[in-house]
Amino acid sequence: MKPPEPVHVIKQRREALLRSLVDGVPYIGFLGVQFDRRGDELTAVLPFKDSLIGNPRLPALHGGATAAFLEIAAMIELAWSTLWDGVEADGALPDGPLRLPKTIDFTIDYLRAGLPRDAYARARVNRSGRRYASVHVEAWQDNRARLFAQATGHFLMPPVEPKP
Amino acid sequence: MPDVEAIARQFIAALPHSHALGMRLEAIDAGTATISMPYDPRLIGDPATGVIHGGAVSALMDTACGAAVMSHPQAGFSTATLDLRIDYMRPATPGQTIRTKAECHHVTRSVAFVRAVATDDDDSRPVAMATGAFTVERKG
Repeated sequence: MKPPEPVHVIKQRREALLRSLVDGVPYIGFLGVQFDRRGDELTAVLPFKDSLIGNPRLPALHGGATAAFLEIAAMIELAWSTLWDGVEADGALPDGPLRLPKTIDFTIDYLRAGLPRDAYARARVNRSGRRYASVHVEAWQDNRARLFAQATGHFLMPPVEPKP
Repeated sequence: MPDVEAIARQFIAALPHSHALGMRLEAIDAGTATISMPYDPRLIGDPATGVIHGGAVSALMDTACGAAVMSHPQAGFSTATLDLRIDYMRPATPGQTIRTKAECHHVTRSVAFVRAVATDDDDSRPVAMATGAFTVERKG
């Protein structure tokens, strides 16, 4: 029987996969979105900064910043969950540049004003086919049960490269 | 018309996130608004092609729709998004400014229904379209 992989090797590989999805996208860095990983569970984090404000009188997060945050959380979760099984089975990252899914449509439901503090989001892939996927994402601030926004999006999957 | 230019600049400067994305108010009239967002490498979503991230287009859509509501004679000078649906028709051509025209197509005492179209230099083929519902502040 093969001995189990050392935990640091597993963690390094999973972190490398996450980094390969997130670090190459300038806009994710521009907004400042980060990802917390626990096993295969991802939580997107949007640390508050003044440039995310839409209405300075309230003040409240800009609806556009919230929309972008949710779209990033949904897209990364979809790419992550699609690649996870292969990377775990192969013990290595896929070859070649990673292609992210493309957004077909995205519908955001604003439930309450976004407060000037950190926001969190988790996405769930409801359906993932060869070409299309449907993803739901929920965002909250102080209380996990009090969502301030949720969204559903459809995505076009990147073409699968045949293995040599 | 320096006054209009000054008002346009002030409008965006008052919205920190729109200002951070480099948006410019190009036109505003009763219930309609046109806002542009110049190409900026910081907003790239696909590094392989240089295409702007959908999230930045969403922010442009939301800002233009909100501006259209605020400019409507029946609405107060404040609004919030209730929901917004964005359809991404095609990638915006890298290097080109994205321009969104938003229009209130119906306004009640409580809700404004808004549509918006985003284009790049080729304005015959939309980059994205949006449909949204926005809150209407009671006047006085």
